[in-house]
Amino acid sequence: MADTDTALVPPKPGFLSRNRDTLLRTLVPICVVVCLVLLWQFIITVNSIPQYILPGPLAVANSLYNDWGTLSPALWVTTQITMQALALALIGGVGIAVFLIQSKWIETAFYPITVILQVTPIVAIAPLILIYAPTTQVALLICAFLVAFFPILSNMVQGLKSVDHNLLNLFDLYGASRWQTLLYLKLPSSLPYFMTGLRIGGGLALIAAVVAEFAAGSAGAGSGLAFRLLESQYRLNIPRLFAALILLSLLGVVIFAITSFISWFFLHRWHESSLKREN
Amino acid sequence: MSMSQAPLIPAPGETRRRPLVVMRSVSKTFSSGTLALSDMSLTVEGGEFVSLLGPSGCGKSTALRIIAGLGDVSTGTIDWPSSRINSKGLPEGDISFVFQEPTLMPWQTVFGNVYLPLKLRGVSKSAAREEIMKTLATVGLQDFADAYPRELSGGMKMRVSIARALVTKPKLLLMDEPFAALDEITRQKLNDDVLRLWRETGITVIFVTHSVFESAYLSNRIVVMKARPGRVHADFPLVTSLERDARYRTSEEYRQACEKVSTMLIEAIGGEEH
Repeated sequence: MADTDTALVPPKPGFLSRNRDTLLRTLVPICVVVCLVLLWQFIITVNSIPQYILPGPLAVANSLYNDWGTLSPALWVTTQITMQALALALIGGVGIAVFLIQSKWIETAFYPITVILQVTPIVAIAPLILIYAPTTQVALLICAFLVAFFPILSNMVQGLKSVDHNLLNLFDLYGASRWQTLLYLKLPSSLPYFMTGLRIGGGLALIAAVVAEFAAGSAGAGSGLAFRLLESQYRLNIPRLFAALILLSLLGVVIFAITSFISWFFLHRWHESSLKREN
Repeated sequence: MSMSQAPLIPAPGETRRRPLVVMRSVSKTFSSGTLALSDMSLTVEGGEFVSLLGPSGCGKSTALRIIAGLGDVSTGTIDWPSSRINSKGLPEGDISFVFQEPTLMPWQTVFGNVYLPLKLRGVSKSAAREEIMKTLATVGLQDFADAYPRELSGGMKMRVSIARALVTKPKLLLMDEPFAALDEITRQKLNDDVLRLWRETGITVIFVTHSVFESAYLSNRIVVMKARPGRVHADFPLVTSLERDARYRTSEEYRQACEKVSTMLIEAIGGEEH
């Protein structure tokens, strides 16, 4: 049965030409980054800029290696908070979206509250959350959750409401229950919207985790990368500040890669966004 | 207004002559205040192939949707004398609907799309497999069970939609301009397929179209409708001694049938105030 599908799919391009494409796509950006790093080191060396103003890439790499004992627990803390916040935001966002679309009245009553939560700058409520939350970690988690939650919620609401009307009619015609319509029609058809929310929410969760930690100013064993950043700044340990910054960027890239992969994995077989144009 | 003649059906068994659905003085007013359907009465008997034909805005699609239970009637009644009725007053398992668009779930394979009506009834996938493959074979898609809708042509998507409608073995198939968006060659092919399925299964079809040629080729009864408000203008049988196939398309009988339907349609349009 599977072999008949290939009759419809255009013949795949040759192995070499396909690989050359991927190779170029990987090599070109790497080359650009390497050139920029070299240029950075060159400028530092030529102008003999002191480390406490702008450290060179070598100094940063050195710090990354030597301070790994301090930085890696911090990285782990930030990763945990980001991931937990994102997970909570996914559950909360999807759950509340499903709740909101149950009736026009529910949506009218509750949607404004979620908007208020969203538009209030998170830094402004962080001190308040710090007072109420039992520990700083929980406070950070709540902050990151609040920020990541809204794009997922609004995308989900949009997705759940954008179901093909004729498919809804069809489900009615076959006497589908509310539960069946949700499970077999509304949720799968809003998957592309969910994935958009996931990608935005993943990025925002990290940003919020950092911002919240700036605001909370936690210290000691449970502190994340944001605190290490501030600490390095106070101590004029600029190479370590850069090292922490690089770890944060890498974490962001990894989150982006994972969420993009998840999105591709679930959509590539059927959704237009994951298809190549055939012309 | 409506000339309710008993239609002549070629060679029916006893069961094919019982009224399947009876519309009595059905009117439909939309919430915008538009009177979409005015005092429409229509009795369709088992085994008939009825075309609802008319200009746009004549309420033919509205009538079809009302029969399917998608939207209530404002006044009048719809009865199902030979079906068991559920709590909503519908003979649920007995009706299927084919929309103008294929209306497939893009995230499901062809198999998954055809499985849907059975899944909603709680039939397990393994129990449904044989029936699904058989139904796919009747529309010539048995080799495409694992394909996704996006991999199919427009005509093939429509065939999947028809297979999905037939998989529950309904008594009544409602088709809302199903082939309007397809090219002429594909449309003719699908017309022949629908005719074959109708002959083989003894299913009753109500077919909404705005094409004189399509209705004259397919149906053994034509209901011409008038617009503003939507109502029945003429209701007449279309009998032919010929097999409806490629030769029928070029026959004198077909030409006459088209002419008759066309005259009725022009009358219906001419009667409108513009």
